[in-house]
Amino acid sequence: MRCSRREFLKAGAGALAAAALGACATIPRGAPKVVVVGGGYGGATAAKYLRMWSGATIDVTLVERDAEFVSCPLSNLVVAGNRQLADITLAYDGLEKWGVRRMRDEAVAVDPVARTVRLAGGATLNYDRLILSPGIDFIWQDIASLDNAGAQARVLHAWRAGPQTVALRRQLEAMRDGGVFAIHVPKAPYRCPPGPYERACLVANYFVKHKPRSKVLVLDANEDVQSKKALFMAAWDGRYKGYIEYRPNSTLVDVDVATLTAQLDFESVKADVLNVIPPQQAGAIARQLGMANANARFCLVDFLSYESTAQRGIHVLGDAIQIAPAMPKSGHMANQHAKVCAAAVIALLAGEEINAAPVIANTCYSYIDDKEVVHVSSVHAYDREKKTMAVVPGSGGLSPAPSAQEGIYAEGWARNMWGDMLG
Amino acid sequence: MRYPLVRAALAITCLTGASAALAADSNLGRDIAANCANCHGTDGRSRGMVPGLAGREKASIVLQVQEFRDGKRPSTIMQQLAKGYADAQIEAAAAYFAAQKP
Repeated sequence: MRCSRREFLKAGAGALAAAALGACATIPRGAPKVVVVGGGYGGATAAKYLRMWSGATIDVTLVERDAEFVSCPLSNLVVAGNRQLADITLAYDGLEKWGVRRMRDEAVAVDPVARTVRLAGGATLNYDRLILSPGIDFIWQDIASLDNAGAQARVLHAWRAGPQTVALRRQLEAMRDGGVFAIHVPKAPYRCPPGPYERACLVANYFVKHKPRSKVLVLDANEDVQSKKALFMAAWDGRYKGYIEYRPNSTLVDVDVATLTAQLDFESVKADVLNVIPPQQAGAIARQLGMANANARFCLVDFLSYESTAQRGIHVLGDAIQIAPAMPKSGHMANQHAKVCAAAVIALLAGEEINAAPVIANTCYSYIDDKEVVHVSSVHAYDREKKTMAVVPGSGGLSPAPSAQEGIYAEGWARNMWGDMLG
Repeated sequence: MRYPLVRAALAITCLTGASAALAADSNLGRDIAANCANCHGTDGRSRGMVPGLAGREKASIVLQVQEFRDGKRPSTIMQQLAKGYADAQIEAAAAYFAAQKP
């Protein structure tokens, strides 16, 4: 079924609401086209909200190479054996009721002048506006010995949820009691600032219960813990005393894959399971368009619309952007970027003013053990003078201590977040 | 290129939305409410473990958020988040939630 423009304009409020819910989920003729590349926290949210907030008047295509969504948040619970991968895997079907057209494919080239996206499968899509939510690529060249598939299958990152998450779990299960699990944290900025420290806690929690002679070694390229420092330190000095050792300023120079040895600036550390989170940059599709214009790694955007400062008509969301001060690279932030972007794209396509004062928020839960959780929160408002997002003075903060109550809220966050982007 | 159809749809959305009274910034309530959706569900329809907000009375939402903000009501995270919003933003978001089907 197609809604003609006339029928659509005649439809009025009730029918419009119905259309938004999918009763008339096909697209009116002559509708503007938006292509969204990447179905993670940013891209899936953008696709849904473009349809929902435009009253289904925009033709939205989501290009995503994977058949299902696997969440990075909560994936450390899979690494530690508290959840299965299936628990953090979701179908994309929920987007169909919003009328999002989904193509399981990969965007390989964009022509910003002709406004077309070429897909690996051969199709070419036209767009009026393009939204890239490509996530991160690893900078393997910085760790020479890991720059090949064989080494990457042995020294895992597990920093994109999926097969690597399960493989790291298997390595930990196979490790002898009395072994060392070493995790390397790259220099900031990287995806999910508290994630490595949460992983250290959850793996230690597994060791306490099942391999009590084993140890977690955190080799941090940074000079200090990057997020929730006091809360993580309290756990390491408290419930995980003797299980977790933290070594700041531990820059990884290379890896000896055969012996699982991390070669640092001044020492070498041999591990039984070596987990290297490599340095990161914006996904390739953004970089090849010259959009990674911040240190040649991440994409500068206009925070009113998330439009690239390098390419008109192309927006970037999530971990691929050069973040504003105190804005973490998190799934929650990507979801928030997506809503501001969707609102702006709808306004721009209608020839209307975009919101000049967007406000977004971040909530990030970290598991200290399989039940107790801590959070960090912040609210960010647009700063007109500095043209960036700034934390609203007095807003946000940390948990006073880990609690099971926050464990329940973390579960609620996941359910509602996944529903917000995919349901 | 401008798309009159998208524009018409926006106008209709504004009229049907909770924020018709706030014609000057008709999307304020919708946009602030979208910040809450991550934990409270899209349009405040929660899928569990965090209270839903859709269809609740505007005045009760406003009061609760103000009490979080002023430290009169205990919470884990809400007192920190509530401090990020002005009264007009809280009221607009509350009006939007009140107009949603639970």
